Amino acid sequence: MQITVPHRMSQKSQIQTVIPTSRKRQMDTRATNGTRERAIIRSQNFSLYYGSKVGVKNITMDIYPNSVTAIIGPSGCGKSTFLRSINRMNDLIPHVHHEGRLEVAGQDVYDKRTNLVNLRQEVGMVFQKPNPFPKSIFDNVAYAPSLQGIRNKGELQHIVEQSLRAAALWDEVKDDLRKSALALSGGQQQRLCIARALATKPRVLLMDEPCSALDPIATGRIEDLMGQLESSYTIVIVTHNMQQAARVSDRAAFFCLGALIEYDLTSKIFSNPSKKETEDYVTGRFG
Amino acid sequence: MSVNASLQSSGFTHELGAHNRRTRLVTRLAMLLDPLFFLLTLACAASIVAITVLLVHQLYVHSVESRNALGWNFLIGQNWDPVAGDFGALPFIFGTIVTSIIALLIAAPLGIATAVFLAEMAPPRLSRLMAFLIDLLAAVPSVIYGLLGIFLLAPFLTKVVVPPLQKALGFLPIFSGPFYGVSLFTACIVLAVMVVPFIVSISREVLLSVPRDQREASFALAATHWETVWRVVLPQARRGIYASVFLALARALGETMAVTMVIGNTPQIAKSLFAPGYTIAAVVANEFTEATGDLYLSALIELGLVLFVVTIVINGLSRLLIHATTGGHDHHG
Amino acid sequence: MARLALRKSVNAVMFSLTFLCTVACLGVLFFILGYLFWNGGRDLNWNFFTKLPAPVGESGGGMANAIVGSGKLLLIASAIGLPIGILGGIYLAEYRGKTFPFIVRYATDLLNGVPSIIIGIFAYTLIVLKVKHFSAWAGGFALGIMMIPIALRSTEEFLRQVPSSLREASLALGATQWQMILTAVVPAALRGIVAGIMLDLARVAGETAPLLFTSFGNRFWSEGFDKPTASLPVMIFTYAIGPYEDWHRQAWAAAFVLLAMVFFFNLAARGVMSWRRAQT
Repeated sequence: MQITVPHRMSQKSQIQTVIPTSRKRQMDTRATNGTRERAIIRSQNFSLYYGSKVGVKNITMDIYPNSVTAIIGPSGCGKSTFLRSINRMNDLIPHVHHEGRLEVAGQDVYDKRTNLVNLRQEVGMVFQKPNPFPKSIFDNVAYAPSLQGIRNKGELQHIVEQSLRAAALWDEVKDDLRKSALALSGGQQQRLCIARALATKPRVLLMDEPCSALDPIATGRIEDLMGQLESSYTIVIVTHNMQQAARVSDRAAFFCLGALIEYDLTSKIFSNPSKKETEDYVTGRFG
Repeated sequence: MSVNASLQSSGFTHELGAHNRRTRLVTRLAMLLDPLFFLLTLACAASIVAITVLLVHQLYVHSVESRNALGWNFLIGQNWDPVAGDFGALPFIFGTIVTSIIALLIAAPLGIATAVFLAEMAPPRLSRLMAFLIDLLAAVPSVIYGLLGIFLLAPFLTKVVVPPLQKALGFLPIFSGPFYGVSLFTACIVLAVMVVPFIVSISREVLLSVPRDQREASFALAATHWETVWRVVLPQARRGIYASVFLALARALGETMAVTMVIGNTPQIAKSLFAPGYTIAAVVANEFTEATGDLYLSALIELGLVLFVVTIVINGLSRLLIHATTGGHDHHG
Repeated sequence: MARLALRKSVNAVMFSLTFLCTVACLGVLFFILGYLFWNGGRDLNWNFFTKLPAPVGESGGGMANAIVGSGKLLLIASAIGLPIGILGGIYLAEYRGKTFPFIVRYATDLLNGVPSIIIGIFAYTLIVLKVKHFSAWAGGFALGIMMIPIALRSTEEFLRQVPSSLREASLALGATQWQMILTAVVPAALRGIVAGIMLDLARVAGETAPLLFTSFGNRFWSEGFDKPTASLPVMIFTYAIGPYEDWHRQAWAAAFVLLAMVFFFNLAARGVMSWRRAQT
């Protein structure tokens, strides 16, 4: 969604007012506390290559727990690449290799000893287009726990209900969990995917443009959900919708052409960015 | 769940995501099974290659006696007299080739014409329904075609088709001589009927895959529908249609039961289609269990080897053609 | 103007011809079906399904042993052909590689094109020659080999149709590769795989040639799997070329049963494919 306002000044103030004031205060206090908290995701000069092509280069940033971090930037700038590096979904692409260090909770994600299965249980992911399995709602949410060996029906039911509640979907589906997941609407399917990811009780939730395939109302509901989830999870969201980024995130990272241009509090990025490229992007000059 | 609290716990190396001991064990077990499952699927895939190699090997090894004893004369020998120890394959090669080629000469135009109708003229739903019905024809077992051949086709030909044919074209060598129901001619017809569904099915798909804009361009230039089909669609579908004909040919060559029930099972090279004949597949089917002596059996297996080689070559050619036309998209069957 | 009229009439004539050809093809089908069901249905009775063949020359009797025998052969064939074909299909669809998958596909296509009588020779040299007698094992083995290419190709095709987003979702939830394949991908492709199995059975149930010198035939019950075994297609063949009128009638009845079975599997396969599509 392009914000097309001709004048630069009014552009800035427009974006500013989009950020709810209560959140702004919350973020500002966290800004001073932030340096004392240990980052849950640390990237230190992390680069990822597909063969000889650069995916991302020299990304250094810290993501703090119980926050929403937005990664913004024009198409093809490496946002999704970086996101997918965190849970090593990029491993699926042939000839991929990396440099630098990417840590989740102090553990190098690309260390040979890292257990991929465990990593993905800790770092959940929600994709751009909702991709529920062609199974029932219950089986979708119970998928990961049952893979982990939880066979007890009662336990599974408890986890399913917990996860669906956390994803704000429980009330809509509780009457018939055996219904096929594909019969749900797009927005419901995406919330189902969120519930499914939450069922592993991850610490981090990665969201790759989760609302881009949804209508505005469904989008709004998921944004509200993100606000609720923030207290228990760390959320990293890639989005090309700047207003969304401004609405939901505490911190924002601006990527361009595979590099991290600027990473700071959302309020600062959108009202008073340090780099010119950032300013050009958030004011709609390009991208 | 307090994230800060769990951050204090020891680093994650093997603890990532392991909320309790059981999930840890299950996860580790699951990861151990990964290479095992891969090996299982690999083994199955490899066994297919092994079976194929073994097949060729067995055919080669078990035909060694007749190959050594008869050499290349086997292929050109005209006498098949097991009692006298005389094994000549030519009558069977002749019968196989003649019946298959004539069957295709009948089936190809019929099949392609039907495919044209189904692809170009028939409304889509009707076309799909008819294609489905014709596919059912392809599913009818060979022995049932043989049954129909013996009890329906042969009498029908004897009473209704052959007499006028003899009257009109009896002077031609291929229509000379008496007709007793079982003959090369009957076999040709049965084979044609069996092979038509393959040609229809594949040709129809190939025709449908010619892009619509080609037809539209032709119509826009004021061509009639038929002209469009003849000058634009068919030429583009040409290679796929040839491929379907080749595939049908390969099937006809290997057809056993229906042929052996109507061909007369006489190892001779006759000049008339009305005479009985024999094919490779038919003689193997008939004489295998009665083959006395190793040379006899070996000769039959060598016949099998010949048939195998011919079929493989023709199948290979057809696959090449299909790949070249429809961009590598393979068809069913 | 005359030229246009000519072109139009050519158009009409040619398409009429194609229509006639289509009618001819379909006519053959309906004729075969009709005649078979009329002729075969006439002689179908309870005896057919329950009695053994009568002594040669006597009338009466049935094909109970052939029906059971065919069942045995299909069982062995499925046990051999389906696992190899399906797992092989999983290998080709889910794991990467260049030369080896190419070789596997080539071998599969080769095997698919081999005339069934030659598969019979293969089974003969491998099994019958070694143990010196005919058996259901040998016949089932031959049919099993014929089942492999179809099972493999249809499994691979339907697995490939499963969108990669499903695989990603599964992996992102912490599944290992085999878990992803068995719990997410295969269930999504299950309908197609089952349909493929049914078509496979339909194809192989009617095969006669490879059985002629592997399971051979039997006028009595065959205990276990190690004896010569009667089967429907072989019985049809034997009776059809035999001299007795009664045998001919029974051949028609058997053909009816066999064709009904083959068509049932075919239609069931298509049914499986289109069933429940409305729900998703």
